[in-house]
Amino acid sequence: MKRPVATTLSRRGLIGGGAAAAAAAALPTRWAIAQAKPLKVGLMLPYSGTFAKLGENITTAIELLIAEKGGKLGGREIQIVKLDDESKPENAPQNAERLVKRDAVDVLIGTVHSGVQMGIHKVVQDSGTLTIVPNAGNVAVTRQLCAKNVFRSSFTNWQPAYGMGLAAAKKGHKKSVWVTWDYAAGAESGAGFKEGFEKGGGEVLPSLTLPFPQTNFQPLLAQIPSLGVDVVGSFFAGGGAVQFVKEYAAAGLKAPLCGSGFLTEGTLEAQGAAAEGIETALHYGDGLDNAKNAAFRKTFKDKAGRDADVYAVQGYDAAQLLALGLEAVKGNIDDEANLYKALRAAKLESPRGPIAMSPSQNITQNVYLRRAEGGQNKVIGIAAENLADPGTGCKLA
Amino acid sequence: MMAHAHLNTMRAKLARQTRGAWLMGVGAAILAVLPLGISEFYTGLITTGLIAAMLALSLQLLVGCTGLVSLGHAAFYGLGAYTVYAITPADHALSVLLTLPAAAAVAGLAALLVGALSLRTKGFFFLMVTLAFGQMVFFIFHNTKLGGGADGAYLMRPTLSLLDWQLPLTRRQRPLAYYYLSLLLLVAMYLALRALLGSLFGRVLAGIRVNEQRMLALGFNTYRFKLAAFAIAGLLAGIAGHMYAMKEGFVNPELVGWHRSAEALLMILLGGLGTLSGPIVGALAYTAIGEVAQLVTERKLLVEGLIILVVVLSLPRGLSGIWVPRWPRKGSGGEPGRAAKVSPHD
Amino acid sequence: MDFPGLLAQLLNGLQYGLLLFLIASGLTLIFGVMGVINLAHGSMFMIGAYVAYLITARWGSLWLALPAAALGGLLIGAALEAGLFRHFYAREHLDQVLLTFALILLFEEFRSLLVGNDFYSVPVPALLDFSVPITAQFSYSAYRFAVIAICLVLAGLLFWWIERTRFGAIIRAAAEKPEMVDVLGINARRVHLTLFAVGTALALIAGALAAPLYSVYPNMGDGFLIISFVVVVIGGLGSVSGAFWSALILGLVDTLGAAYAPKVAGLVVYVLMAAVLLWRPTGLFGRRA
Repeated sequence: MKRPVATTLSRRGLIGGGAAAAAAAALPTRWAIAQAKPLKVGLMLPYSGTFAKLGENITTAIELLIAEKGGKLGGREIQIVKLDDESKPENAPQNAERLVKRDAVDVLIGTVHSGVQMGIHKVVQDSGTLTIVPNAGNVAVTRQLCAKNVFRSSFTNWQPAYGMGLAAAKKGHKKSVWVTWDYAAGAESGAGFKEGFEKGGGEVLPSLTLPFPQTNFQPLLAQIPSLGVDVVGSFFAGGGAVQFVKEYAAAGLKAPLCGSGFLTEGTLEAQGAAAEGIETALHYGDGLDNAKNAAFRKTFKDKAGRDADVYAVQGYDAAQLLALGLEAVKGNIDDEANLYKALRAAKLESPRGPIAMSPSQNITQNVYLRRAEGGQNKVIGIAAENLADPGTGCKLA
Repeated sequence: MMAHAHLNTMRAKLARQTRGAWLMGVGAAILAVLPLGISEFYTGLITTGLIAAMLALSLQLLVGCTGLVSLGHAAFYGLGAYTVYAITPADHALSVLLTLPAAAAVAGLAALLVGALSLRTKGFFFLMVTLAFGQMVFFIFHNTKLGGGADGAYLMRPTLSLLDWQLPLTRRQRPLAYYYLSLLLLVAMYLALRALLGSLFGRVLAGIRVNEQRMLALGFNTYRFKLAAFAIAGLLAGIAGHMYAMKEGFVNPELVGWHRSAEALLMILLGGLGTLSGPIVGALAYTAIGEVAQLVTERKLLVEGLIILVVVLSLPRGLSGIWVPRWPRKGSGGEPGRAAKVSPHD
Repeated sequence: MDFPGLLAQLLNGLQYGLLLFLIASGLTLIFGVMGVINLAHGSMFMIGAYVAYLITARWGSLWLALPAAALGGLLIGAALEAGLFRHFYAREHLDQVLLTFALILLFEEFRSLLVGNDFYSVPVPALLDFSVPITAQFSYSAYRFAVIAICLVLAGLLFWWIERTRFGAIIRAAAEKPEMVDVLGINARRVHLTLFAVGTALALIAGALAAPLYSVYPNMGDGFLIISFVVVVIGGLGSVSGAFWSALILGLVDTLGAAYAPKVAGLVVYVLMAAVLLWRPTGLFGRRA
């Protein structure tokens, strides 16, 4: 049958067209549809293994911030998707792809372990997903490998150690040596300490290292007396830090021990008397006297039943950053230009003090000097104020 | 031994041959069209499974065909991957036509060296020695400047290019390219091994597996044959490692760890010791199980351990070796008996 | 390096080597006599360390932990042998490798479920919590001296048991020719059970002793396991004296290497193993091929 060819606007066509136009106006626009959809935030963190506690604290703090904002950031309902990365770098790319491709998250917050971060970084560089790093401190992520969609709310390994170097030199020490594991975090913090100590007029000998994660410190400790140093800087974390501090005390060495704050972070109870009096530098500490910190510590303790630590603060600030960005674009996460602009210009009050974003998209913050006293890392001063990571090699800086 | 071989009648053998070929052919065909219908994530997942299948297949040449159980095979896999990292400059990518042979060559050469030393031992010693050499390679990549260190390192993925011409690929098409390249290499590897096992070389290996003394008595230099098998297996593992580096753009010392070697052994056992198709099936199954386990529970390692336990206790022949008759076992205390024959036609 | 430093390193090497010996001796006996590969031996070490942690945390005494580790080791070893390994003597190496690999995973997971994944510090017993001054500048932990002493005593007992008792003669015979044990009418079952139990107990004791020195943490058994295998390869299968000397050599080499050439120290043990293999594939004291 032949179809009639419509050459003029028939009445049926007009009514049909009008109905369609009305329906289209009634349907929400794509942006509006997006508004109604919850924003998927993927948390790629260790929920098992040695770093499980860090993953838990970061998660609790993020959930806390979201609750404080009434469950919505930038007007969008937040849906959290958790993934246990087990702190395994070899599974990192696959795990990151699970969140980014399979679960199609809009934002990725992760992770703790530097090796895993490298795997994530590769995936999110490709996918362009907004990524906020709540802990991993390897400098490459915001230096030579920096990307416009990656921001860090925690620290670089360089920052606290640089502060320690400055503080140690200011105390009058002239000759030091850096003791650590032979891996990225140890080397990067060593570089920071060296820069700070030399800036203060001191001399740093070549580092003493052992393979990660071994705890056979005796050979290193036995070498220290013959070096003639008047202070020993170090980077160890977790159980290694516990072991090292205890063995350092048992060795009866004359030079005092100092280092990046992770040496005594979360380990003071296990270290006991061996840690008493050790000075370290970190972007957080006990007894930090500001209103935000007091409020944060209280609500965290109420929610989690345990005390907040630096990891919780970093997680909280990651969420704060996300909230700031989303508010600036009114929840439209696809508006990348304005989103990144807002994030790069971020200035926030954190429980750790005032923070901002450096041009390489790493956090700018105070580094505090602390002394271990009675099971607490008491803040006794500021080692470096408003310290930004140099961001060497970053094309965004 | 001849009498045992003729346990199967000619008809049964023919049936097994055609069944095996059918299965592999159908499987390959399905895999060839699958990416067109599934999401990018699952394309990547299956690619991982295909790469694991190549690793398991390369190990089967040692374990199932020659009777050499190695716990350090992942070293050659990792060497293949790290070769890509080592030769690729930081600012531009190399052609796969350069990186693939390089990875295979380095891995094969390393296997030749390690094999030359390790094959001086047998049985338990051989197992321990291969484990130790694997750990040595791990140490090199984990602790020295040769690798990227404990955290692993980036690399620029090799491109499908020849001299000045490069296959233009959008970001979305790249996973497909890796998928098909891996599938192609896997099929090629399978066919090559089939041919190898059907040749005199393959028959000698089988003879060594069943009774090395007899092969020596027959005048074969069994050390050379085992060494050749070891080197070839290493080379093939290097190819698998190359594909890993190409797909992920990222290398990490754990690629070389003995846990990875043990997983490769598990894939073989899962799929069937007695066949060439077994490792492929086992590797794909293992990848799938891992994915399902990750969805269902946080305790992935617990699931993995239980599965291994179940498989070892109840399925001594694995998923696809069920048709192959078992050799009778020797008594306790001495060297245990060998596995059933690996037929190239399965 | 100066003399006190060197002395400290020698002592460390001795202490590390002796701990390795405790672990490796069980391994070499279990494989040498029964032909079973046990990758889960490192997990036994881990269990011993965690037993020490739990008992010290609850009752405050490491001295209690040592006999507890020994007893626990005997029980666990016997249970594993009777329930699982007994059925695997005739199986392929591959099956044994995978079975024990699965055990490693399962033990780690159970540990994770029971105790969690934190790094735990185990305090040195109060009696030994002091340092023996070696020079004006450097002291050496009294506990480490104690560990050396305890290990030497255990080594002595082990030697006496193997070389001087009737049961020891059976073990040595079984290591050389397993078939003869059955032929002579000796209860092979009981031999295997005893050996497995004792070997496991030694690993647990080593773990308990090591806990205050290395802390307890997930996967702590891995490193010791691999080195123990190297010890067994170098020392020779089934030879306890071989394990003793090769453990000491490796302990010293590894420790001195860590002090003088830290970058390559970890490689030295493997190079040593390769050298022994080239010269004497059955190990320094080995008898079986």
